Amino acid sequence: MNAPVPPPTACGGIDFHQEHGQRAVFCGLTGIVWLHRKIQDAFFLVVGSRTCAHLIQSAAGVMIFAEPRFATAIIDERDLAGIADANEELDRVVTRLIERRPDIKLLFLVGSCPSEVIKLDLSRAAQRLSGRLAPVRVLNYSGSGIETTFTQGEDACLAALVPGLPREPAEAAPSLLIVGALADVVEDQFLRIFSALGIADVRFLPARRAGAMPAIGRNTRYLLAQPFLADTARALDERGARRLAAAFPLGAEGTTGWLQAAAEAFGVDDTTFAAATAAGRARAETALAPHREKLGGKRVFFFPDSQLEVPLARFLARELGANLVEVGTPYLHRAHLAAEIEMLPAGTRVTEGQSLDDQMDRCRAARPDLTVCGLGLANPLEAEGLSTKWSIELLFTPVQGYEQAGDLAELFARPLRRRALLEV
Amino acid sequence: MQLTLWTYEGPPHIGAMRVATAMTGLHYVLHAPQGDTYADLLFTMIERRDARPPVTYTTFRAQDLGRDTAELFKTSVAAAYARFQPQAMIVGASCTAELIQDDPGGLAKALDLPIPVIPLELPAYQKKENWGASETFYRLVRVLAEAPAPRPAREPGRRPLCNILGPTALGFRHRDDLIEIRRLLDSLGIDVNVVAPLGASPADLGRLKDADFNVVLYPETARSAAEYLKKAFGQPFTQIVPLGVGATRRFVAEVATLAGLDPAPRLDGPDSRLPWYSRSVDSTYLTGKRVFVFGDATHAIGIARMAASELGFTVVGLGTYGREFAREVRAEAALHGIEALITDDYLDVEAAIRAAAPELVLGTQMERHVAKRLGIPCAVISAPIHVQDFPARYAPQMGFEGANVLFDTLVHPLMMGLEEHLLGMFREDPEFHDGVGPSHLGGNPRAASAAEAPEGVAAADPAPATAPILLDEDVVITAAPWAPDAEKELKKIPFFVRGKARSNTEKFARERRLPLITLETLYDAKAHYGR
Repeated sequence: MNAPVPPPTACGGIDFHQEHGQRAVFCGLTGIVWLHRKIQDAFFLVVGSRTCAHLIQSAAGVMIFAEPRFATAIIDERDLAGIADANEELDRVVTRLIERRPDIKLLFLVGSCPSEVIKLDLSRAAQRLSGRLAPVRVLNYSGSGIETTFTQGEDACLAALVPGLPREPAEAAPSLLIVGALADVVEDQFLRIFSALGIADVRFLPARRAGAMPAIGRNTRYLLAQPFLADTARALDERGARRLAAAFPLGAEGTTGWLQAAAEAFGVDDTTFAAATAAGRARAETALAPHREKLGGKRVFFFPDSQLEVPLARFLARELGANLVEVGTPYLHRAHLAAEIEMLPAGTRVTEGQSLDDQMDRCRAARPDLTVCGLGLANPLEAEGLSTKWSIELLFTPVQGYEQAGDLAELFARPLRRRALLEV
Repeated sequence: MQLTLWTYEGPPHIGAMRVATAMTGLHYVLHAPQGDTYADLLFTMIERRDARPPVTYTTFRAQDLGRDTAELFKTSVAAAYARFQPQAMIVGASCTAELIQDDPGGLAKALDLPIPVIPLELPAYQKKENWGASETFYRLVRVLAEAPAPRPAREPGRRPLCNILGPTALGFRHRDDLIEIRRLLDSLGIDVNVVAPLGASPADLGRLKDADFNVVLYPETARSAAEYLKKAFGQPFTQIVPLGVGATRRFVAEVATLAGLDPAPRLDGPDSRLPWYSRSVDSTYLTGKRVFVFGDATHAIGIARMAASELGFTVVGLGTYGREFAREVRAEAALHGIEALITDDYLDVEAAIRAAAPELVLGTQMERHVAKRLGIPCAVISAPIHVQDFPARYAPQMGFEGANVLFDTLVHPLMMGLEEHLLGMFREDPEFHDGVGPSHLGGNPRAASAAEAPEGVAAADPAPATAPILLDEDVVITAAPWAPDAEKELKKIPFFVRGKARSNTEKFARERRLPLITLETLYDAKAHYGR
């Protein structure tokens, strides 16, 4: 901790830094909060400690009271002391859970720090339980903090789904796969645009139901809808699918670039593309204009959180005219973010990793107009007179695509508008 | 392994954080994996604190496990000391770090810092948040209150001096209880030496022994420390928690005795509006209202007693999630003629509430949701709580003003007496019949009340399409069928007691093996059970 920062290395015109030290981030378990809404017949069972249960409870807020499809099997001292066979205990808990929830078709055993440290083999447990509980499928992935940061939990979950996806025959017609959980309304908007482009066979990973997961094969082309899907992409590549390199569909420009990548791969001509996207682009432009006034020239600082920081910073800088003080990200996947990095203003300071106190010192010294950060930092920074935008909302709110470009800008403009409004 | 959806308490290191965050000049270094920093937002969001909790996490990751997490811990402690310059530090491990078996105490000691560094042993797989807070406070007091020494006799003319122990960060109404109790002590002629942990520095803990006695507001966090102070410095401590008018008066008498003062002037003075409000005829309808109380032991006991003796309610359920105080809650429940519910499983609580068929639920955030689902009025009287129960306004629970607050809190969810009367009288009128929703919501028909559901059948949840996880068998008992006229008559009973009337009648019919529930059966059962 507090180790000297290695000298900056050039990377596609950005001012790149790596930092090590205390990190103020969520673990991958948090992904459950939105994933369980997306896959409507899946249940997420965390195998962990009381801390894990408390974390999900705190992150899920009032959602916890709606009998959601997630829970924690809390490891207790009997499991640790070997008095109770942890595998037998797990089987007992899972069997009872499935009896009580016959609507569940897919069960994820989600690993945590404690289960990883004691090396509880959840993959074998998942295989064993899959056999016993058929037709319920049981899969596993790790959402532990020692291995995953926040949105990487979704990556681990989707990567666990990939080996079980149906195989398409080699001669199947090319299909397009959209990878990354999106709000249903956003999926539907994209489907309409793809249909106007003449791309008929479009599938989503994850699908809304366990039984409807997309088939893949050598003719599958996939577009990442989210920047944090490194392992999922690797697993898809291993099954022969091919990634379409693109920017991410945040803001009008990002959305156009993202759609363009699909259009090129599927041989859509320019006229069709222009016709299919013209209305969306015009509406996004209308919606963005009033925010440009508010955010233009404003200095923005990003703390690391979700890996969405680079695309968001690109959107703020290019479409709203903001200035970027620092763009923190927990990880920077250079290949997946190549198109984004290229579009960032030259010399943008990008920091991978975190040393929290040092980063807060830089933020205080820079006194940015807007700081994008987690909920543990937002109020303390507000009390120091800095305007903040809490970052989790960017995950829970539909922000992708043309129709949401204005909403996305509004999320950043609102704290500034509020600060101007308040007279006390 | 225990299947858990909702937990009443966090792990014990959250309790330690509540103590550290309450204090000043203290820093906590927690050996914990990346992700455990989520706990910060409890303090910055729910309690709306304007600074980060004074906690440094090592946030180790998988790649650190192969290397030296012990070294990471040491550098974290050294860096935190250099940056924050605290008067004292506490060090410990969260659940995962407990498994990797670095020794925070030993590692910190090796750094030889020029301040007290207090190691915490918080067994994360056995204990919980309140225990963690209590243990942390006790350890701090043990180390920081100076070595036992005879206390000098009180100088003549000096006002008696006490400490107030127990308030922490994230405590339910701790901020305002403290203001109220300080005011009360001042009016008695007692000075406050140190309040701890809330607002105290490590140096302040060194002055604890200067007081004549201790006031323990929250036994969950402060009883261990108070017992130590009694043993080490001969300081007696208060046993009565001033929740409600009666308890506050007894508290005044107890404190006055410990201080060697006469409580009469204070007890003859103005106190609470509760006694008159409760005697006013508008409150007559509160008599015998069935109330279910659940929460931490201190609030559950204090408020159950107050509900029975100061509002005239009947306590039909009493319980706590805090096993450390189960004995006290059992004893209190016996006074109400019921058996205490000691559980940290909210599904058990839900089942108990359903079985007791109360007209009012007093509990935590969770009971609020259970009560909402069951269609029963509810008020929050204990942690865990959400952001709305850290109000901006002055809202103590303790002392005489606290009793005023509690009167309003416990009565407001119930229908006002007149309203209830009118509803009974004009039940059949088109505007008032049971199916009509409130007029301010457009009078749209409301969904059948959960209270109407026969016993043993889960109430239909309006929102989610998924079934709840039920851990205990819900026994569906086949009851005798209802004759149409009896069914019709049942509908004439006010909806808030209808569920109870139905289940009593069915029980009555079952016990007598009646083949059909008739109008006669309904009234026979009513006479049999009375109210």
